[in-house]
Amino acid sequence: MLTYLLRRLALALATTAAVVTITFALVHLAPGEPFVAGAEDRFVPPETVARLRERFGLDRPLGVQFARYAANLAHGDLGESFARHRPVAAVLAESLPNTLLLGATALVLSLLFGIGLGIAQATRAGTWADSALGALALACYSVPAFWLGLMLLLVFGEWLHWLPVSGMADVTLRVPMDGLRHALDVGRHLVLPALTLALVNGAAVARFHRAAMIEALGADFVRAARARGLGERRVVLRHALRSALAPAITLAGLSVPALLTGSVLVESVFGWPGMGRVAYEAIFARDYNVITAVAVVAGVLVAVGNLLADLGVAAADPRVRRA
Amino acid sequence: MRALRRGWLRFRAHRAAVAAGLLVAVLAIAAAFAPLVAPADPLAQPDPVALQNQPPSAAHLLGTDRFSRDVLSRIVYGARVSLGVGAAAALLAVTVGALVGLAAGLASPAVDQLLMRSVDVALALPRVFLILLVLALWENAPPWVVVLLIALTGWFQTSRVVRALVLRLRESEFVQAARALGSGRPGLVRRHLLPHLAPTIIVSATLDVGNIILLESGLSYLGLGIRPPAPSWGNMIQDGKDQLFSAPWVAAAPGLALLVTVVAFNLFGDGLQAAFDPRDRR
Repeated sequence: MLTYLLRRLALALATTAAVVTITFALVHLAPGEPFVAGAEDRFVPPETVARLRERFGLDRPLGVQFARYAANLAHGDLGESFARHRPVAAVLAESLPNTLLLGATALVLSLLFGIGLGIAQATRAGTWADSALGALALACYSVPAFWLGLMLLLVFGEWLHWLPVSGMADVTLRVPMDGLRHALDVGRHLVLPALTLALVNGAAVARFHRAAMIEALGADFVRAARARGLGERRVVLRHALRSALAPAITLAGLSVPALLTGSVLVESVFGWPGMGRVAYEAIFARDYNVITAVAVVAGVLVAVGNLLADLGVAAADPRVRRA
Repeated sequence: MRALRRGWLRFRAHRAAVAAGLLVAVLAIAAAFAPLVAPADPLAQPDPVALQNQPPSAAHLLGTDRFSRDVLSRIVYGARVSLGVGAAAALLAVTVGALVGLAAGLASPAVDQLLMRSVDVALALPRVFLILLVLALWENAPPWVVVLLIALTGWFQTSRVVRALVLRLRESEFVQAARALGSGRPGLVRRHLLPHLAPTIIVSATLDVGNIILLESGLSYLGLGIRPPAPSWGNMIQDGKDQLFSAPWVAAAPGLALLVTVVAFNLFGDGLQAAFDPRDRR
């Protein structure tokens, strides 16, 4: 177990270091500067640009800048945002919880959807119902998430008026709302983006889970359970499901970073104030420290996702725990 | 090559996959002969005021967008982008992946370990974030840069699979025999390894195309992939997003084209996989 944890930790550190280094190199080598004299419509005198560059250490050689950034990062200091004039940590503290809320909701929903669909298909394997559900899974697996989001928006937001079309809270109601009403309001805004991500992600889970369930349902221990006279429900949900969970859990864990950093598109469709939007704006503003901080978060999320996947598999399958 | 032929015979039994393969072929032909297939010029704006956002009609089967351009014609031309980027990036990615996998599988254990640990790290990189970053920082990147970026961040899984296969094949009796008979490494790879790797590589490439098409459409939707006015399905959806509620067909149609195309590639790939899989007999 200890060697396993150390290996995981080493991989996580290597990944984060690689992401940070690549990101740092890319943003500094790319054309464009965070501070430009006469930028856009306002006139910034060259002395001010020079002063800003000096203040953020951009006048130093690239190697020195990188060493300094890495040293600060090791101390947990992510630096200051050029564009927002605030610590990067504060910018992340604002947006990361929103992304985590969306991602976690989507992850839970996609597991429920994927596993449920997998069971429904496997118990009807070879029938028309299996084919129909398989077609549904294939469609969800093959659809561009951002387009699915737009279509859900069109149907449930505009045509049926069931759900709000954008944002995370109702702006006009913000002032007088108490805790519970606010939570309900956020929940209503959460439905469509979370559903979009869950359908796309859950379909991938379902494809693997169906195969695992079919294999499990044909296994000897399931026949033994049936022979003992257990009800079909119990056989499927307690015996077969448990041994078939590993691929679904692994896949869900591996999709954690994709759900969180890859949700840029879905966040932009629904105007969700998450990290994707912060990253997107930072890239165009050449806000180096924010961009690199997003890379750090992405690296950490990958590690967390992998760890969650392994722990989940170990929890579901005692054979793995012993290994 | 016998594995390929046996696979083909079994593939024919998967009717849905055969239909999907035909659909892929039809799409590719339509894209190649876009000027003959499309009813109108995809960039022409006959009357941006009177003819903008027209609903589907006999004159414009899928309606017009806000510049009065014919949506169907733009979809036909957009297929060139989706299929072109998808095929080029998938081929490149699979080639790199297969070469690295072969190298790792045949190299000394030290080199193998080095390559595969690097692949472990690379697989964990946030792919979409890095591609977005490069395309946003170097503005107006030409399409081949998009292809290159997608391919260079997309070969890791293939290299793992190929390496695992090579390791297994290397110990098999027929390879041992070929070696004992004095077969050199190039001959070994060409005559004995590649034929056994081909099915895996083909399946991997086919399934990649679908994913890459989705990725490219997302990049173009964000305005970072293929730039307007050249039509790509992703930037057409972006175009249609602003009048989603008043002219939904502008965004809906290219999304359906994406859905159908990606479904076709995935079904085709699944069929190939099942056909080549020796465990799947039917």
